[in-house]
Amino acid sequence: MYTAEFTYKKAGSISEAISLLQQHPDAKLLAGGHSLIPTMKLRLASPPALIDISKVAELRGVRLEGDHLVIGAMTTYHELETSDLLKQHCPIIPQAVHLIGDPMVRAKGTIGGSLAHADPAADLPASMLALDAKIKVQGPGGARVIAADNFFTGMFSTAMQEGEILTEVHVPVRAGARMAYAKFPHPASRYAVVGVAVVADGGSVRAAVTGAGEHAMRLSKLEQALAGKPLTAENITAACQGLLPPDHLNHDLVASKEYRAHLVDVMARRALMQAAGL
Amino acid sequence: MADKLFGKAMKRVEDPRFITGTGNYTDDMTLPGMVHAAMVRSPYAHARIKKIDVSKARSYPGVLAVITGQEMKDAGINGIPTGWLHPGIKTPPHYAITFDKARHVGDIVAAVIAETRQIAEDAAELVEVDYEPLPAVALGSDALKPGAPAVHDDVPDNVCFTWSIGDKAAVDAAFASAHKTVKLNLRNNRLVPNAMEPRASLAQYLKASDEYTLWTTSQNPHIHRLLIAAFIMGIPEHKLRVIAPDVGGGFGSKIYQYPEEIIVLYAAKKLNRPVKWTARRSESFVTDSHGRDHETVAEMAVDQSGKITAVRVDTIANMGAYLTTFAPAVPTYLYGCLLAGTYTTPHIYCHVTAPFTHTTPVDAYRGAGRPEATYLLERLVDVMAHELGMDPVEFRRKNLIPPDAFPYQTPVALQYDSGNYEANLDKALELVNYKALRQQQEEWRKQGRYMGIGVITFIEACGLAPSALVGSLGAQAGQWESALVRVMPTGKVEVFTGTHSHGQGHETAFAQVVADELQIPVEDVVLVHGDTGRMPYGWGSYGSRSAPTGLSAIVLATRKIIDKAKKIAAHLLEASPDDIVHEDGKFMVKGVPDKAKTFFDIALMAHLAHNYPADLEPGLEATHFYDPKNFVFPFGTHIAVVEVDPDTGKVKLLRYLSVDDCGPVINPLIADGQVHGGVAQGLGQALLEEAVYDKEGQILSGNFLEYTLPRADDMVQIEHDHTVTPCPHNPLGIKGIGEAGTIASTAAVANAVMDALRPFGIVHLDMPYTPEKVWRAIQATKPLSQAAD
Repeated sequence: MYTAEFTYKKAGSISEAISLLQQHPDAKLLAGGHSLIPTMKLRLASPPALIDISKVAELRGVRLEGDHLVIGAMTTYHELETSDLLKQHCPIIPQAVHLIGDPMVRAKGTIGGSLAHADPAADLPASMLALDAKIKVQGPGGARVIAADNFFTGMFSTAMQEGEILTEVHVPVRAGARMAYAKFPHPASRYAVVGVAVVADGGSVRAAVTGAGEHAMRLSKLEQALAGKPLTAENITAACQGLLPPDHLNHDLVASKEYRAHLVDVMARRALMQAAGL
Repeated sequence: MADKLFGKAMKRVEDPRFITGTGNYTDDMTLPGMVHAAMVRSPYAHARIKKIDVSKARSYPGVLAVITGQEMKDAGINGIPTGWLHPGIKTPPHYAITFDKARHVGDIVAAVIAETRQIAEDAAELVEVDYEPLPAVALGSDALKPGAPAVHDDVPDNVCFTWSIGDKAAVDAAFASAHKTVKLNLRNNRLVPNAMEPRASLAQYLKASDEYTLWTTSQNPHIHRLLIAAFIMGIPEHKLRVIAPDVGGGFGSKIYQYPEEIIVLYAAKKLNRPVKWTARRSESFVTDSHGRDHETVAEMAVDQSGKITAVRVDTIANMGAYLTTFAPAVPTYLYGCLLAGTYTTPHIYCHVTAPFTHTTPVDAYRGAGRPEATYLLERLVDVMAHELGMDPVEFRRKNLIPPDAFPYQTPVALQYDSGNYEANLDKALELVNYKALRQQQEEWRKQGRYMGIGVITFIEACGLAPSALVGSLGAQAGQWESALVRVMPTGKVEVFTGTHSHGQGHETAFAQVVADELQIPVEDVVLVHGDTGRMPYGWGSYGSRSAPTGLSAIVLATRKIIDKAKKIAAHLLEASPDDIVHEDGKFMVKGVPDKAKTFFDIALMAHLAHNYPADLEPGLEATHFYDPKNFVFPFGTHIAVVEVDPDTGKVKLLRYLSVDDCGPVINPLIADGQVHGGVAQGLGQALLEEAVYDKEGQILSGNFLEYTLPRADDMVQIEHDHTVTPCPHNPLGIKGIGEAGTIASTAAVANAVMDALRPFGIVHLDMPYTPEKVWRAIQATKPLSQAAD
């Protein structure tokens, strides 16, 4: 209900945000605030300072640059959901985003906030992995690009370093690729108990799951099983069996490890069926 | 005069202020000099309090006081009593702030009062409590095991009370000679009420007059005043005013006389400053009284002809750590007495054991006992019908109490005054097209789709009465209701009721009835409630009593007004009062419409008393205290249609249809809204909600990330209709409707889910039917014809 006291700073540009981060050790970046603020109200986090980057103009918007889409980190879910560019070139993002929270959450929440927070049950990380996205971060030492495959390193942890800001997401445009996201939402929080994203391009499938483990991860067994095969109902059903061993999966009141493992198979099948138009 | 407003779907006069954020809730209020309280609560379910060091908190800038339980006890503040006593019931003391042991997570161990809420919350973290954690027990049956940790030292076996009703020998004999019997072990899941408005209390003490005022989130402010004055604080009753302003939902959780109310009153006097406390949602989860939580063995016996001959029930009803205001009545008279339902069952026996546990105290929660009774009875009926190879609807029809059997004496104390159950059932079946639904179900099953249809009939008993009866059953309260109707010189009318509206729309519905009775515009009527300083004594709102009891009192008071108005009119029109008729908004001489006086004329003359009958008192107001002759007995048929996804175990509601009989409907918009909300709440229990405790007594679903309330997309558009069977013993023939949806829908949805799972050979699962639970049950027993992948 009541946070501990903190300093609030509003950044007008990426470089200002980077220098504010240097001036305020242990500060947190404020984007949509839907994960950070509740944590602060419950006093599970008490950062001494918040640096608000949600209104930094150069961090917002979706644009096409050559063979890839560039999505600014502070682009809101609502903007992603309604982006014509994404609907045309990368429909899995609007589809996945539509399943996040409710309209109020989607009006405030941002892609960069979600990816940097790396909640193990967040929706977008699975799509990032399936899309082979690149994540651009910027710090006092300059900018670097991290492949989505290397970005999520643990529960709420990423390959970003102290002082770095997630600035952009780069998604390759794949003409003719078929993609879908299937989610089994937590009945209360509506986070993903299990969410599977698949992108089928030519004879190859990239698939990733969120909610199942400590962080979003590729479903390599599924990818291998379907490599070079047509996406028929038979092939899909045969491939979606025992995709992840239950031992290392998350478990909570809603889903045990065994049930989660089963849901991974079911959601993978449903995502593939949808992608294949079956 | 306009048409009658009774039966009109008027929009609620309350809504503009609620939906524009201009309501006046307790937390909205700010008084000069007001300070704030924060509670220090036990993180343990059971712990000895070895030492409390308040020095750091006390010296934190802005802190005015840190109050401990010992301090309040030394100041002569007593424990909080319960409002319902059974023979032999154990009532260990319940102090607002505990000082020896913490008995549930959230039990208050100290209160910090500070200049701002922020300071109070910060300083509460500085109170150092040295706890010795002790073994805890959360489940009722665990608390009854030998050697279980005692919640209260003076109740070593944890048994708060035992209770039974019915002729056990006759029931046992009926079971011994039964054609068939079925037996279910049922868990009625514990629920957190989650009113939208968290609890809040604001206390003010006026030194000059030695008077207290308490604004608080209450369904029954007079009960609070009585308990605080007579039992807890010893404040003379006339020196304490309790006001429950706008209250954002109660559902039973705002009946209870809560510890925080005592703490802010005590602190307000101690500091001579107004003191406010508002719950954080995380506090609400562990301190608002919870609902349900039964473990039950339920049995049913039938004879050769398929008639139910007996029902036998043994229930463990978890009371939580302390007794709330109403808790002992809920799993007893509001539960055991309802086990006849709508059926002619001749023999019923119900035994209840109520243990204390290291959990949040339990109290009435929407339906209170009646949903638990309906759930177990309707589950038994469905299982028995299946056992007999009968359609569950036909089995019900065979056992319904026929319309010519009223008044109908059940074997469990209640006498139903009226009912027409079969006609109500038939209407529902026709509206839902039951036959076609069953055909569709068959077709879907062939396609591997699992539709379930749950049809239930139910009865509820609401408006507990008469007072002498409820007193003989253990109530420490009356159950009559009061009304004061005050006509002003300009003809405007204030109506004071002892009931309380916290979402039920009384300000609209009651005004409609008063406007009809007095034949005046509805805009000229205002309902006043929730303030012990303004209205006559009353017992508040719960158990769907406000319309049948409270509004009946109002109607009878308005009729006194009419009688007096006729005398005044007769004087002014130089006629006999017997010749005055009240028609078209006028008082006129029968047959002489020109000789008439308006309500305004009469109201003005009653106050001027210039040209006035010599033997009549001036003024125009009337009070009526109404003690009903009996409960009222609404009933209905609810039908749920669901589909179970066998891949994930997820249950989806496809249709919901209800046909309720609450007598004549005052305002269909409000009555339907009550049903809609109630149905959603009942569906929540069946599919989504559960207060889950671990072995240490920690609640695992104590926030909205884990505790699933129903949302719009869990619901469907409810199809709703009525039958009308008036109550024979109150002036308008009205019955309650506030709880019907909750009482019925849990059972209807439960039966629908179990019906969907029938091809898998599943007979019974406990609620809530969460996806994994359903999926596991399916895995354990795959359908005979559908060897799934």
